[in-house]
Amino acid sequence: MPKEMNESILNEEILKDMKKERINHMEYMEGMEVLEDSTVMDQVISAMKEYDYERYTEADVRRALDKEDRGPEDFAALLSPAADPFLEEMAEKSMLETRKHFGNSVYLFTPLYISNYCENYCIYCGFNCHNKIRRAKLDAEGIEKEMAAIAKSGLEEILILTGESRHMSDVKYIGEACKIARKYFKMVGLEVYPMNSDEYAYLHDCGADYITVFQETYNSDKYETLHLSGHKRIFPYRVNAQERALKGGMRGVAFAALLGLDDFRKDAFATGMHAYLLQRKYPHAEISFSCPRLRPIVNNDKINPMDVHERQLLQVMTAYRLFMPFAGLTISTRERAEFRDHVIGLAATKISAGVSTGIGSHSEEEEKGDDQFEIADTRNVDEVVAAIKNRGLQPVMNDYVFV
Amino acid sequence: MKEDKLVIGGHEFSSRFILGSGKYNLDLIKAAVENAGAEIITLAVRRANTQGGENILDYIPKGVTLLPNTSGARNAEEAVRIARLAREVGCGDFIKIEVIHDSKYLLPDNYETIRATEMLAKEGFIVMPYMYPDLNAARDLVNAGAASIMPLAAPIGSNKGLATKEFIRILVEEIDLPIIVDAGIGRPSQACEVMEMGVDAVMANTAIATAGDIPAMAEAFGKAVEAGRSAYLAGLGRVIDKASASSPLTGFLNS
Repeated sequence: MPKEMNESILNEEILKDMKKERINHMEYMEGMEVLEDSTVMDQVISAMKEYDYERYTEADVRRALDKEDRGPEDFAALLSPAADPFLEEMAEKSMLETRKHFGNSVYLFTPLYISNYCENYCIYCGFNCHNKIRRAKLDAEGIEKEMAAIAKSGLEEILILTGESRHMSDVKYIGEACKIARKYFKMVGLEVYPMNSDEYAYLHDCGADYITVFQETYNSDKYETLHLSGHKRIFPYRVNAQERALKGGMRGVAFAALLGLDDFRKDAFATGMHAYLLQRKYPHAEISFSCPRLRPIVNNDKINPMDVHERQLLQVMTAYRLFMPFAGLTISTRERAEFRDHVIGLAATKISAGVSTGIGSHSEEEEKGDDQFEIADTRNVDEVVAAIKNRGLQPVMNDYVFV
Repeated sequence: MKEDKLVIGGHEFSSRFILGSGKYNLDLIKAAVENAGAEIITLAVRRANTQGGENILDYIPKGVTLLPNTSGARNAEEAVRIARLAREVGCGDFIKIEVIHDSKYLLPDNYETIRATEMLAKEGFIVMPYMYPDLNAARDLVNAGAASIMPLAAPIGSNKGLATKEFIRILVEEIDLPIIVDAGIGRPSQACEVMEMGVDAVMANTAIATAGDIPAMAEAFGKAVEAGRSAYLAGLGRVIDKASASSPLTGFLNS
């Protein structure tokens, strides 16, 4: 077993499979576009490697908090253990920044899973191809039915998700889903497998404008032990996905590390640096963060995010906000309702509602395919809207026009 | 005494306070109209572009002129498309051009803004471009057919006050179109200060939207803008800036 592995993920089968020989995760597979000139990944990785969070002191945190514009060094201090006693002040400053840049707006959306077939072996994920779950894929009619049901709830933004199978959910299939989505929603985002820039350009033409890719962990050695097979195993191809999406004409890109897989401070630091460096290179890019923590999955209800408790999660979220005050920040249903209600307007700017991570459950009583992970907040759109208003904030369904 | 009107593209307005669109808040619209006397309200097309629920268009009182903006546009062509969309959904002929391709500071791109101004003026829009206060760009905007010039005082939403004051002063001196200061005004005193300089109108949003008491702050802005205008008309600014002696300094000369 690799050092410092989150043991809650493991089972006998996985331990056995980990002993098998695996392909080189740093070598691109055939057909994968290489960004020859880009140095972003190397910069992110070297910054993360140099990041020694134990060396930051309370004085460093104080200095970072007192600044008006914060750089990578300040971000590093705010993510360090030395910042923990300052969490209340970080939250206060984070709220001020959030209000300054976003007013009292809180954006709503919902994810729609259209297929859960997957060709990857990510040992912590419910969709992984070795996990025995009910698989399903919606056809055009099924997608339309689900979208119509979601649109009825008043939502105007949708995030389309698939498992990572180019075979079962190819680019054309995703494109068709985007075209249907444009009929029902003002804003369409995608969280699908990484692809080449020409494919992103195609999906942009189909109506999508935002791409979310979770890097899971920026530690390539750890990454290699978590993604045992499939195209997702290729670490650099995933890291460069956002840049390819921007080259393909997407308006915005979202970043995340799945907290609990590896050292969360390093992963959060790398996530922030990744966003920071890409925004400097592509100043027009709309940047956003997600802060997912590991959750239980079908066939393993004991998976947990190790040392990333709510306090640490909030530290990460407020550090993102203080580092990049203009960036969007999405809070997932992986967190309980009370936590979510308190972080909107404080650090988070976008919240999902009426969520199901299974296939076909918006329009049918019975799910056709199993869930990716267990959610912790099952409230519908009306309930989340009421909760937002209850906090003196304003629910906003759309602030976007496709041009 | 002649009535003091703000004239933009042939339309007359009595109020010189314009509500910006930055922070979406229906209470804010109400306060701006009722407490600050606003007659023009900016509206982001991308946000008004809504299907159901609370439509911001429903909250615009009658008699108020809508100033749709092209926020979300990253180049001239996108600005033109959004402007046309605004016209289609019934927002009228006024259009505030915002072309921004910088997600951090939200600074406008003057070059693309000039291009968009030219295209939209030809289509009959009353074009009000938001710009970084550069005299040459402002002259180009005039030539491109702008109906007013809207220089920023500081980055959007920054509440940093009059960071570009000296450059706005140059525009006031040199440009014959109405100059409307947009973005960055954090306090009523700053609104008053630019009005004293001879700026024709002030646009604000965040400063009011984030105030503890929105209606009270809206009222304060309304009064500050009026006070600044009165001071400008009274010639106060000139008394301070340039010596203007009560009897001629050269009166001692033999003629």
